[in-house]
Amino acid sequence: MFELLGIPPQALFGQLLLGLINGAFYAMLSLGLAVIFGMLNVINFTHGAQYMMGAFAAWLMLTQLDIPFWAALVLSPLIVGLFGIVLEKVMLKRIYHLDHLYGFLLTFGLALIIEGLFQWKWGSSGAPYPSPIPGGTNLGFMFLPTYRGFVVVAALVICLATWYGIERTKFGAYLRAATENPTLVRAFGINVPRLITLTYGLGVGLAALAGVLAAPIQQVSALMGVNLVLVVFAVVVIGGMGSIMGSIVTGFGLGLVEGLTKVFYPPASNTVIFVVMALVLLIKPAGLFGQTK
Amino acid sequence: MTTQRTVTLVLLAAALVAPWFAYPVFLMTALCFALFACAFNLLLGYVGLMSFGHAMFFGMAGYFYGHVVKAWNMPPELGLLAGVAGAAALGLVTGALAIRRQGIYFAMITLAFAQMVYFFCVQAPFTHGEDGLQGIPRKALLGGLIPTKDDRVLYYVVLAIFLFGYAAIYRFIHSPFGQVLKAIRDNEQRAVSLGYEADRYKLLAFVLSAALAGLAGATKAMVLQFATLTDVSAAMSGEVVLMALVGGLGTIIGPVVGAFIIITMQNYLAAAGEFVLVIQGVIFVVIVMAFRKGLVGELADWWKSRRRAG
Amino acid sequence: MVEALLKVDDLQAWYGESHILHGVGFEIGHGELVTLLGRNGAGKTTTLKSVMGIVEKRTGSVTFEGRQLVGHPSNEIARLGIAYCPEERGIFSSLNVEENLLLPPVVKPGGMSLAEIYQLFPNLEERKRSQGTKLSGGEQQMLAIGRILRTGAPLLLLDEPTEGLAPVIVQRIGEIIRQLKSRGFTILLVEQNFHFAATVADRHYVMEDGRVIDMIASADVQQNIGKLQTYLGV
Repeated sequence: MFELLGIPPQALFGQLLLGLINGAFYAMLSLGLAVIFGMLNVINFTHGAQYMMGAFAAWLMLTQLDIPFWAALVLSPLIVGLFGIVLEKVMLKRIYHLDHLYGFLLTFGLALIIEGLFQWKWGSSGAPYPSPIPGGTNLGFMFLPTYRGFVVVAALVICLATWYGIERTKFGAYLRAATENPTLVRAFGINVPRLITLTYGLGVGLAALAGVLAAPIQQVSALMGVNLVLVVFAVVVIGGMGSIMGSIVTGFGLGLVEGLTKVFYPPASNTVIFVVMALVLLIKPAGLFGQTK
Repeated sequence: MTTQRTVTLVLLAAALVAPWFAYPVFLMTALCFALFACAFNLLLGYVGLMSFGHAMFFGMAGYFYGHVVKAWNMPPELGLLAGVAGAAALGLVTGALAIRRQGIYFAMITLAFAQMVYFFCVQAPFTHGEDGLQGIPRKALLGGLIPTKDDRVLYYVVLAIFLFGYAAIYRFIHSPFGQVLKAIRDNEQRAVSLGYEADRYKLLAFVLSAALAGLAGATKAMVLQFATLTDVSAAMSGEVVLMALVGGLGTIIGPVVGAFIIITMQNYLAAAGEFVLVIQGVIFVVIVMAFRKGLVGELADWWKSRRRAG
Repeated sequence: MVEALLKVDDLQAWYGESHILHGVGFEIGHGELVTLLGRNGAGKTTTLKSVMGIVEKRTGSVTFEGRQLVGHPSNEIARLGIAYCPEERGIFSSLNVEENLLLPPVVKPGGMSLAEIYQLFPNLEERKRSQGTKLSGGEQQMLAIGRILRTGAPLLLLDEPTEGLAPVIVQRIGEIIRQLKSRGFTILLVEQNFHFAATVADRHYVMEDGRVIDMIASADVQQNIGKLQTYLGV
């Protein structure tokens, strides 16, 4: 095969695939953040910890209870989502009337607690999770591990299903309406507080689902969500939280940008998303798809 | 007013004799963090902007100090100056971008920039990555006039730096400029309609806050003779928020109290490892849920209500 | 008078520190169309909101079909069969016209079908895929009324449906309100526009400073026109 700009195609496509996978996680996580922010007015700093909990729940199920990946894919988001519902009922619910900062600080504190406890119990070195679909295909220009291909497709399906659920269903109409004017939606007979709780549970469940998908790719560790959530914040600033499709496109797009940077200028690959954020702030301060809020 | 003056005098006297009763290095570290927390609080308490990335100024200033003093073999005064100037410049760039968005986005943007600076420090050669910048020599100040090998002597230097920073913040808040900032915090629309260019005021406050955080960071590097990744990390950004929050946002003395509490706590809990983070998290949660005014704010309320009752 | 469907007694309401309603009392029978008249700030809108349960604090008594509403959240009140059309219309910009129409859940059998609503408001059907807030003011008002007709709620609370609309639209809304009455809806209407109110209502309650100060039946309006003009300052 020929080379592109001196880069062997194996490396190029390999990194693009990695970028796509990272982008898949950015998209799923920023989607959850946006949905939660819309309804709760809280930037959920615990999102990274809840992603980690999703991966951990799957790992514990496998190693302690012999529950296979495919069952964990359903069970783990349910369990972590329920945990989110408890958090909302006990704590978050009491601070909606305050400035956004308090929600940010509260969920930051919760993230410290959760991550600290997991680190204390299981240490910070990661544990491997065996790939549920080992093997792969040689596509000629690159080798595609089957599971990685599956993650990209699964993430896309999850994102599009979320989009459909919010933009095209009755439940989604309630969500959109309640984001705009919760008082009126409630006066129409809809139990908005319950809707808010449910939304938080769903957003958290989505983070956990991303965590389960990530488990066989990354090491399962207490701190796997710490840096990720910071990158996802940048993704959210870049995309703006107004549009669901915007979050998806921005997430995947930035993953690819990161992958390409890894090919052409590796030292900048960690920081490129933040550079993009700076540029977007300079050119379109409200974000690519955003309304200012 | 008289109570406030008495308290100030007592605190000052305590600060002067403190090194004979407590470990000076601990006191100096706490003073550095106290100044850092005051600088952070200037922005949140008086301008209403919450920076979640203030560690980038604190930590980078430490690296600047170390590089100037160790690699370039310059006097410590220049090191401090480099720390302050470098932090101010970084504040100007990140601040100009961050103030383009409001509220919670501002916090996320500063956090993201700090993370970018962190990754930069992991890779840049002059920070020495994971090892950090170690063994920064302690040199005498003012051309040899003030020897700094003795911790107690250095303590008074650090106390003077702290008081200088604290006084600068006090003057700033009570200046006409500070009044405009408060007006912007309380009602930006109104301040803008009165003809104030809100963004320029915010940016100036941001740069000042960054510069003072830099002063704190450079001083800490002078005292402890090292600069590491810990001081530029997101955890450090969170820690300074916690200090200001524990002490009380928007009170000028609150962050000092908060810094002493948190640093003392860390000293005693050093052996607890991961549990320090868990405890910090618990403090965050408890304060947000129940004591949003912080220690100084709650005490002031309690004092007022007691006086009213009595 | 027929048995009261909604009965309000000594209703008081607050927004934060400000005490808005100081003991409002009135009642509406099944199938009646009653208006609340009064100057700006008399407490008409707050009265509707207090019935609906969307003020910060309220005391007193509001009974609907004999059931006490004070102490219940607005979603439960709506489920008992009260539908609310707010003054600012409350059209959702992230929903299209049809989604706006279908949003309020059906709370009782006997509501109008979507087809019937479109028959009543043909414009809405033509624009059912448009974003709700892209409609003209009159169309938005029709959408705001139309969407609460599906729910089966027998009592409609309409807050100034004619505000800011052209005379020809006001006339059309008057026709619609009369049609709704003839279909058996009970309607509590808040109006600034007395001339409009006089053409549709059975009775008028006059409010001032957070209290109901008078009640005038439509048949007696002519004899009391002077008094009404003093009340309303017209």
